[in-house]
Amino acid sequence: MSTAVIHTPAEGAAEPRTTYLNAGHTLKSWLLTLDHKRIGILYLLGVSFFFLIGGIYATLIRLELLTPQGDLVTAQTYNKLFTQHGIMMTFFFLIPSIPAVFGNFLLPIMIGAKDVAFPRLNLLSWYIYMTGALFASYAMFAGGVDTGWTFYPPYSTNYANTYVIATGLGIFIVGFSSILTGLNFIVTIHTMRAPGMTWYRLPLFVWAQYATSLIQVLGTPVLAITLLLVALERTVGVGIFDPRLGGDPVLFQHLFWFYSHPAVYIMVLPAMGVVSEIIATFSRKPIFGYKFVAFSSLAIAVFGFLVWGHHMFTSSQSVYAGMIFSLISYAVAIPSAIKVFNWTATMYRGSISYDSPMLYAMGFIGLFLIGGLTGLFLAALGLDVHVHDTYFVVAHFHYVMVGGSLLAYLGAMHYWWPKMTGRLYPEGWARFAALVVFVGFNLTFFPQFILGYLGMPRRYYTYVPEFQLLHVLSSVGASILAVGLILPAIYLLWSLKRGPIAPADPWMATGLEWRTSSPPPPENFERTPVVTWNAYEFRSKEETEVIGPMGKPDVSERK
Amino acid sequence: MAQSEATAQHSVVHHPALAHHFENLEQQREASTLGMWIFLITEIMFFGGLFLAYSIYRSWYPQVFAEASHHLDIVLGGINTVVLITSSLTMALAVYYSQVGNQRKLILFLVLTLLLGLTFLGIKVVEYSHKFHDGLIPGVHFRYDGPNPQQAQIFFWLYFAMTGLHALHMIIGAGILSFLIYFAWRGRYSPEYHSPVEVSGLYWHFVDIVWIFLFPLLYLVGFHVKG
Amino acid sequence: MQQVPSEFKLMPEQASTMAGQVDALYFYLVGITLFFTVLIVSGIIFFAVKYRRRSPYEIPRPIAGSMKLETIWTLIPFLIAMSIFVWGAKVYFAQYRIPKDALDIYVVGKQWMWKMQHPTGQREINELHIPMGRKVRLTMTTEDVIHSFYIPDFRVKMDVVPGRYTQMWFEATKPGRYHLFCAEYCGMDHSKMRGTIVVMRPDEYQAWVSGNASQMSPVQLGEQHFQNLGCATCHLNGGRDAGGRGPQLAGIFGKPVQLETGQTVVADENYLRESILNPGAKIVAGYSAIMPTYQGQVSEEQLLQLIAYIKSLTPQGGSGTASPTPASSTSANMNVGAQASGSPSGQRR
Repeated sequence: MSTAVIHTPAEGAAEPRTTYLNAGHTLKSWLLTLDHKRIGILYLLGVSFFFLIGGIYATLIRLELLTPQGDLVTAQTYNKLFTQHGIMMTFFFLIPSIPAVFGNFLLPIMIGAKDVAFPRLNLLSWYIYMTGALFASYAMFAGGVDTGWTFYPPYSTNYANTYVIATGLGIFIVGFSSILTGLNFIVTIHTMRAPGMTWYRLPLFVWAQYATSLIQVLGTPVLAITLLLVALERTVGVGIFDPRLGGDPVLFQHLFWFYSHPAVYIMVLPAMGVVSEIIATFSRKPIFGYKFVAFSSLAIAVFGFLVWGHHMFTSSQSVYAGMIFSLISYAVAIPSAIKVFNWTATMYRGSISYDSPMLYAMGFIGLFLIGGLTGLFLAALGLDVHVHDTYFVVAHFHYVMVGGSLLAYLGAMHYWWPKMTGRLYPEGWARFAALVVFVGFNLTFFPQFILGYLGMPRRYYTYVPEFQLLHVLSSVGASILAVGLILPAIYLLWSLKRGPIAPADPWMATGLEWRTSSPPPPENFERTPVVTWNAYEFRSKEETEVIGPMGKPDVSERK
Repeated sequence: MAQSEATAQHSVVHHPALAHHFENLEQQREASTLGMWIFLITEIMFFGGLFLAYSIYRSWYPQVFAEASHHLDIVLGGINTVVLITSSLTMALAVYYSQVGNQRKLILFLVLTLLLGLTFLGIKVVEYSHKFHDGLIPGVHFRYDGPNPQQAQIFFWLYFAMTGLHALHMIIGAGILSFLIYFAWRGRYSPEYHSPVEVSGLYWHFVDIVWIFLFPLLYLVGFHVKG
Repeated sequence: MQQVPSEFKLMPEQASTMAGQVDALYFYLVGITLFFTVLIVSGIIFFAVKYRRRSPYEIPRPIAGSMKLETIWTLIPFLIAMSIFVWGAKVYFAQYRIPKDALDIYVVGKQWMWKMQHPTGQREINELHIPMGRKVRLTMTTEDVIHSFYIPDFRVKMDVVPGRYTQMWFEATKPGRYHLFCAEYCGMDHSKMRGTIVVMRPDEYQAWVSGNASQMSPVQLGEQHFQNLGCATCHLNGGRDAGGRGPQLAGIFGKPVQLETGQTVVADENYLRESILNPGAKIVAGYSAIMPTYQGQVSEEQLLQLIAYIKSLTPQGGSGTASPTPASSTSANMNVGAQASGSPSGQRR
C-alpha cells in the first residue's frame, strides 16, 4: 500500500541494501557508533531496562497497598519502593523516553539531515545517561533511598540515612545527558534543515522537540545545582537549607520545582508532538491550525518556567505568591486546551483508520484531557489546600505521565516500528494491547481521584480501613495494565525475526522519514532531499510521482 | 552507495576539517557557534542557582554579608579583575588573528591569554590559602569572630561555591587554550576554518563576565555599609 | 467519620465551615471536567465513526484551520480558567486569613507524632479535643523535618516547617471523631503519624477541659521559663528608659519594631522566635547586640510557651519592675480563647 515511495524493497529481493542496521554487526560498531539512529536504538534499550525496573517497583507498591496494614514489605522498604519508582520513571524513563529514543532516531530524518549537528556529543550523551542511571541504580540496589523523588530537606539532608548522595549524583550526571541532548537538537533544528525545509514546513514533532529542548537546556542546570547543594549539605553541613544554621528548607522547594515543574513538560511536550504526527497520518489531513499547535508548544515551554510555586500552596509561602502562581498556572492550561481542540478538529472530515498508533493517540487525547482538567483542580488555590499531597495528585500526574506520555510513547513505538526495524508487527494483537492498556490504566488510576478527595495522603504505607476497596480496585487495574504492557514487548520482539518486511511507507504518511527506505540507509537519504511542500500535504500516488518523493533535484542547493 | 552520490553534488571541495554530515564549512561553523551559545545559556542557569541563593540570603542577612565581605582581600580581587579583563582582550586579538590567518600572532596571543589565566588561578590559590589560615573555610573548623558566625558561614560557603565553580571553569578554559595552542602550532587553523578558536573565545569571555559579577557581589558588598 | 466506617463513599464528611466552600468549588470543577470530557470524547468517537476510512487510497480535502474557531477555543477556556482562579483565590483567602478571636492551640510535630497543648494547659498526643462552633487557631512548628497537618473532613491542610511558625484555623460544625493525617512525607513511619480530632459540643468540651485542668497553662509555663532563663534581668518594663539592657517586651507583640538598620518589622511569632534563637539577626534600634543565643537551651515546646507568655504581656505604665504582669488575669486582648471557654482555672498566677 505504499504509494509515496520509490525504493520499496520487494520481499525477498536479491540485492541486499545497506541499512543503518546491517552497516556493521560487531558490538563495537554499536557501542562506538556516531549514527543518530543507532544511538536512538541504544537509548531504547536503556530506557526499556529502567522502565522494567520502575515497573517492578510499581507492582510491589500496588501489592502492598492491597491491605490497609503493612504486610508484604517493611515501612522502610515501602518508602524506598515509591522513591525509587519515582526516580526511575521520571529521570531515567520518562524524561529521556520520547526525546532521546524517537527524537534521536527521527529528528534528523524529519528535517532532511544526515545526522544531528554533534554526533560525538550525541554518543557521549548516551554514555553519560547510562553511567548516571546505572550508578543511581547501583546505589538503589546497594542501599536504597527513601526521601521521595522530591528530596525535600531537612529530611533528605539531615535525617535520611540512606544512599541519598549517591542517588542524587546519579541524577546529576543524567542531567548532563539531558542538557547535551537538548543542545544538540536545538542546534540541529536551527542549522541542519534540508533545502526548502522552512520552519513552517517542519513536522509538529520537531516543533515539540524544539520546545522540549529549550526546557532541558534552561531547567536542568538548576536541578543539577540544587542536588549539588543537597549533597554538600549532607556532607559538609553548610546550612543553606537547615533552619538551625540560618538556612531555609523551603528554598529547596523553590529551586527543585523550578526545574521539576518544567520537567513535566519535558515529559509531555514530545508526547504531544507524537500525537500530532499520528492524528494527521491516520486522518490523512493536515493538523488543524498548524501554527497554533506549533506555538502552543513554545508557550507551554515558556509559561512552564513560571508556575513552580503551585506545588507549594500549603508550604507557608505568601498568599500573594500563591495567587500569582495560580494565575500563571491557568495560563499554561490554555495552550494545552488549544492543542486538544485542534487535534479533534483535525479528525473532522478526515479519512480515519483505526490502526494501533491511532488507537493510542485517541486514548492519549482522552486521558490527557482528564489529566489536564484535574490539573485545574490542583491549580485552584482553595481546592488545592485539600487535595495537595493526596492520591488526587498521584492520580492527576499519572493521567498526564502514563495516560499521556506513556501512551504516546507506545503510539510512537507502533507508528515508527516499521521504519526503525523494517518489520511489521501483528496489528490485531497491537489493537488488543492498546485496549487492554486503556482499560487497565483507567481502572488503576481513576479510583485514586476518589481516594484523594476522601483524604488519603500519598506516600502512605498503611492507611485507614475505609480506603481499602478503592485501593483493591486500583491494584486490580494495575495488573491489567501490566498485561497490556507486556503484550507489546512480546509481539514487537517476535516481529523482529518473524514479522513481514515493512515497506518504506506503510501508512501513506507524509514526513520525510517515510520517503526513505525502511530501515533507512546509514546517512538517511540517497541524496539530500529538497522540500517544496508543507508538512502533512497528503497526495495521491500520481501527484507524488510528478513532484518526486525527494523533491525536485534541480532546485538549487541550500543558500 | 549514498556517500559517493552525495559527495558528487558538492560544489565545494572537501575541506579536511569538514565533518561528513555537514553540507559545507559555513554550516559547520554556524552549528558550532550556536552550540556554544546555547551551552553558555545552560552555564548561566547553572551559576544562576547560586546567584539566586546568594541574593536570597543577602536580602535576609544584609548586615552579616557586608561584614563578612570585609574578610575578603579587595586588592587581590581587584588585581584578578584586571588580569581577567586583559585576558579577554588578548583572547579577542587571538580570534582576530585566526580570522586573518596570522599564525604567529595567533599563537602569541593564545599563549598570553593562557598565562593571564594561570596568573588569575595563582592569585586565587593565594587567596584561598589565606582563608584557610584564617579558619574561614566553612565546616567544622570554621572560625569567625564577628557577630552571627552561622550566617557568615553561609556567606563564606557561597563565596567558595561561586568562586570555586568559576575557578573550575578557568581550569577547563586553560585546558582548552593548551589544545588550541597545540593545534595552532600544527597549523590546523586558517581563515576558512577557525571556528574552534572563535567558539573557545566565546567561552573565555563568558567566564570573564561571570567574574565581573562575582567581584562586586562578593568583595564589594561591604563597602557602602561600613563607613 | 464515625467509629465504624463501612459504607462506600465518594466524598469525605463536611465537618467544618470550610468544607462546604471547598466542595462547592470542587463540584464546579467536576462539572467543567465532565462537560469537556464528554464534548471531546464524543467528538472523537463521532468523527472516528462518521469519517472512517472507506477506501485505502482516499485523500480527504485538507482544511488548514480557522481563525474564528481558534479564537473561540482560546477565549472560552481562558474565561473559564479565570473564573476558577478567582473562586479558588477567594476560598484560599478564607482559609488563610487567620482570625484573631480564636481558641489558641499550639502544635509541635515530630517524627512521628503530633503534640498539642491547649491554652488551659492540657497536653495531648495524636488526639485533639476541640469544641464545636468555635474558631480554633493552630500555631505549629516541628522539632525535626517538614510535616503537614491535614484534616480531610475539615478540608484544611498546612505544612509544619522547622525553624518557623505556620498557622491555620478551622471551625468544626459537627461533633464526632475525624482523621488527622500527616500529609508531607516525613520518614519511616509517615503513614502512622495519624491522629484523631475529637469535636465536642461546647458543654462537653467544657467538662473535658475542667476535668483535665491540672496542668499549668502555656502562659504560666512561659513565665516560668522567662524567669529561669534570666530573661527578666535585661528585658525590664520600660526598656532602656527604665535602665533595661534589652527592649521592653510588654505590648510588643503585633506592633512594628524599628531596627538598627532602619528597617521596620512586625513583631509576630516568627520575629520573637528569631530574636530568641538568633538574637543578632535583627537588632532593635538603640540597643546593642549583647544578647546570647538560646538555641539548644529551649525546646520547641518551651519556645512556644515563652512566646505565648510574651504575647500575653501588656504594658503597665512606668511600673519598672523586672517582672511584668501577664495580661491574661485581667485585661482582655490576647487569651480570649481561654477566657471565653469560661474556665477560671489555670489563669491566675
